[in-house]
Amino acid sequence: MKIFKIILIVFFSLGFYQLKSDEKTAAIEIKILKNIRCLICQGQSVHDSESEFAFSIKQIVKKKISEGLKEKQIYDFLKDKYGEWIVYDPGFNKNTYILWLLPLLLFFLAGAIMIKKLIFKK
Amino acid sequence: MKNKFILFALIGFLSFCFVIFYKGLDNIKIYKPKINNKKDIPVFRAKDFNSNIYIDSEKIFEKGNFYLVNIWSSWCVPCRDEHPFLMKLKEHQSVRLIGLNYRDKLNNAKNFINEFGNPYTKILIDSDGTLSVEFGAYGVPETFIINKDKKIIKKFIGPINEKIVEEIKLIIK
Repeated sequence: MKIFKIILIVFFSLGFYQLKSDEKTAAIEIKILKNIRCLICQGQSVHDSESEFAFSIKQIVKKKISEGLKEKQIYDFLKDKYGEWIVYDPGFNKNTYILWLLPLLLFFLAGAIMIKKLIFKK
Repeated sequence: MKNKFILFALIGFLSFCFVIFYKGLDNIKIYKPKINNKKDIPVFRAKDFNSNIYIDSEKIFEKGNFYLVNIWSSWCVPCRDEHPFLMKLKEHQSVRLIGLNYRDKLNNAKNFINEFGNPYTKILIDSDGTLSVEFGAYGVPETFIINKDKKIIKKFIGPINEKIVEEIKLIIK
């Protein structure tokens, strides 16, 4: 009886662990799909799109996750096939540096003007 | 003097913004992926259309030959338009045509080939579209030129036409 109880506990623990792991994988998959643009319904993410292309991307993301690829590796794979534009979160490179640096530049410029004004007031 | 400078700077900045946005009006907003540099063909295993047997990509693409990978489907109307041009390209000995049947029903695809003719030396089944993604395609029809070193050197998005056939002929010459 005792052995039977132990077997039951181990069985349910393993089942629970598997369920947790599946949930985690599904969450990563959704996160990736939400961060990829659909090239057919431009403006929509692959997650929201119902196009043929979106379907294929959903399949390949699932396949790559099951092959053990990490999130970044999947983005890199898609960027290699379709270019940087495929991801909503563009990396820092020669095409995007203005996008990243301009807000910072404007922030510091505005800060400098404010500090200067305050000093002059004093 | 200082006020004048600020005024000029402001006018300059606004003019700059105006030019940028005005130029942006003419830009096409639809993004199309490009192939700028040579890319290796993906390594894959795919089902053969006729024999239903899995084949490795290494056995399909041999060094020393030009290949044209054409993604097609029986439900794709532009594929019907480009088919006569593919039949024309079939006559060229210097290029081998590989068909990638994209997310199609096998019976419909077979009917399509029986009706319009088979320009391909080999047809591969891409039932879930993942093989097309490996090639970097995002729709049908799309055509890739693979050179003698097994590199993808050009891709054509949309149906092939007379002009593209001439371009392909120049590349494979």
